[in-house]
Amino acid sequence: MFRAIQAQLSRCAPLFCIAFAASVASASAETTVRMMHVDPNPKNVAVWREIADQFEASHPGTKVKLEYLENEAFKAKLPTLLQSKDAPDLFYSWSGGVLKAQAEAGVVKDLSKEMQANGGAWAKSYVPAAMNGVTINGKPMCVPFKLSVIGFFYNKALFKKAGVDAEAIATWDDLTAAVKKLKAAGVTPISVGAGDKWPLHFYWSYLALRLGGEEAFAAAKAGKDGGFTAKPFVQASTMVQEFGKLEPFQPGYLGTKWLDSLGMFADQRAAMLLTFDDSAKRQVAVAADGKGIPLDDLGVFPFPSVKGGKGDGATFGGVNCWAVSRNASPEALEFAKFLTGKEAEQKMAEAGMIIPAAAGADVGIKDPFMKLFAGRLAKSPFHQIYLDQDLGPSVGRVVNDVTVEVVSGAMTPEKAVKQIQEAFELEK
Amino acid sequence: MSGSPLRKERPEGASSPVLGWPKRPPSRPRQASWRVAAWRSSGGNLGRTWPVIVLFLPPALLLFTMFVILPMGEAGWYSLFRWSGYGPPTEFVGLRNFAILLGNSAFRTALTNNALIILVSLALQLPLAMWTAMLLSHRIRGTVTFRLVFFLPYVLADVAAGLIWRFVYDGDYGLIAALAGFLGFGPVYVLADRDIAIYAVLAVVVWKYFGFHMMLFIAGLQAIDNSYYEAADLDGATGWQKFRYVTLPLLGPTVRLSVFFAVIGSLQLFDLVMPLTGGGPSDSTQTLVTFLYTYGVTRMRVGFGSAVGVVLFVICIVLAFTYKRILMRHD
Repeated sequence: MFRAIQAQLSRCAPLFCIAFAASVASASAETTVRMMHVDPNPKNVAVWREIADQFEASHPGTKVKLEYLENEAFKAKLPTLLQSKDAPDLFYSWSGGVLKAQAEAGVVKDLSKEMQANGGAWAKSYVPAAMNGVTINGKPMCVPFKLSVIGFFYNKALFKKAGVDAEAIATWDDLTAAVKKLKAAGVTPISVGAGDKWPLHFYWSYLALRLGGEEAFAAAKAGKDGGFTAKPFVQASTMVQEFGKLEPFQPGYLGTKWLDSLGMFADQRAAMLLTFDDSAKRQVAVAADGKGIPLDDLGVFPFPSVKGGKGDGATFGGVNCWAVSRNASPEALEFAKFLTGKEAEQKMAEAGMIIPAAAGADVGIKDPFMKLFAGRLAKSPFHQIYLDQDLGPSVGRVVNDVTVEVVSGAMTPEKAVKQIQEAFELEK
Repeated sequence: MSGSPLRKERPEGASSPVLGWPKRPPSRPRQASWRVAAWRSSGGNLGRTWPVIVLFLPPALLLFTMFVILPMGEAGWYSLFRWSGYGPPTEFVGLRNFAILLGNSAFRTALTNNALIILVSLALQLPLAMWTAMLLSHRIRGTVTFRLVFFLPYVLADVAAGLIWRFVYDGDYGLIAALAGFLGFGPVYVLADRDIAIYAVLAVVVWKYFGFHMMLFIAGLQAIDNSYYEAADLDGATGWQKFRYVTLPLLGPTVRLSVFFAVIGSLQLFDLVMPLTGGGPSDSTQTLVTFLYTYGVTRMRVGFGSAVGVVLFVICIVLAFTYKRILMRHD
């Protein structure tokens, strides 16, 4: 209560306390939980609001405030915001290196105590992949709420036209064969937004994951076998370079932005797209005709395996979570728990918003493709987070940069991995 | 009260032509006593200007200190640390950020790009602006419309201009694509080509800013008295001679100012490039500021970004001051 009054006071200070009396009167009655998010979709926010209203009803005296900031602005403002008195109680996070920097600066709360209480009841309410994703230096630093998986979406009509059977694509060689067939049939095999760089890093990361599995990434991070200059990474670089030589992407792909590549796929001008699990919905939103590829014509298959690789079945994608700032009230923590509980997550899954982090909530998923991906995730032995999150923004972006260079043939695989390793060493 | 201190002093000072001016030795003493008079009069004025200073200086000084002086000093300080922006900077690395910067190939590309932009601004943009200004400075029907048309790109927000040109350059649907198709070429993807992208950016820069310089030149041209041209005509000067010996010398101050704006503007180029290419492909269109943003801000390397900022600051200051000292000292 006192904290809330203090918060109100500090907020009204810049306004010269015009509303001083009023705010004290209202603050003495309730605690406010401020949650900052980056979701511009009003439908998604409405679902959160509904859950927040439920929470308010069952916790009299607590108000939940959802605050929206645009993605880039959010990322740029967060460091200042979190170190000020005006920090939100809960805020959207992609986990990984950014969260690590925040944890090391002490601006987010270590949730070990709360999550491990009662035999770890809270921690156990999430799927293991999600908990792994939010664990920094062995400690849970964030409340997981969403998982995402990257996989191939394809256009059945275009595949049929080229005589390619998607079911038969199991290995990387199958994929390259499919690319050649599609090209021969005059179809652009894959659209990619290499202008934004990160969509292309999916290929390199997934190949490295398929080749070396969990051990390769663990070893590289520990600096063993020459770190990122180890064999799986060199091999992954060589493979994407050879793949690039086939010219599998749309012409001018180096300048294409991510949304344009999604649009190309939606407008049926490319047969495949390596993308997020919820792309069935995304492609409709950006299609030129407002409809996109009909659901019956849309298919998915997992990233192909590599002969002799150690990472079959592993998944690559993201974990999103609600970070709790250091001065958050107990009510805020309570709300984070409620928002990511099975019931609430199931509701979000039903709305097609997420692959839930809460265990058992995936029964709510209705989108057939997200369901497939969720199933794969449930069986996944290891879920690798996006490298630009996992390795931190600095090293991650070097990965993005060099992938583009390697695929377009402007850099040798050896030089590429060396650059990643140098960036990684610089960060330590 | 009004103006009285000044008036009282006038008779004592040498500036009064009535009191003893012819008797005094020329020049130096006159200057000296004039200075004394000026000093005295300002001292006398201080009583009146005090409230003005107290009222108007602090807000400006405070804002300037808070948002200009302080951040500059801080950037210099942060540039000596390896710092992500979280917590206080603790890891002192000396000049390592600057060493890394100099070894970075993207930074060198950014530097050469900036040099190229300055070069094109001076060698292409200003002559073009001058030429259109000469055409449009006369008061003939229709010139106002053309002035407006050429000035319009400058009014446009940089981001909007960048997005518009992204569409123009689009290899599938853009104007360039249609043009290439019409001429029988295959599709060209200007912004996706490492070797061409920077020229595409340069074209947009010239298109966007030449109108501004044209306006400066028009204003300068209209200030030139017509009698000079009449005299030149009487002497039988050719068009070129009139330009070379009348227009150009009299337009000198405007040209020097225009060059100054072009150079400083080129160094600060950012919001046009971001939507257009984002510095890509392969960092081939980075400028100093987009480099600062991509390598400093988005990678959470505030210390490194500050080092870039310091370098940019030094370049700007050196260019601005030497230029003002050497070329604009008479203006």
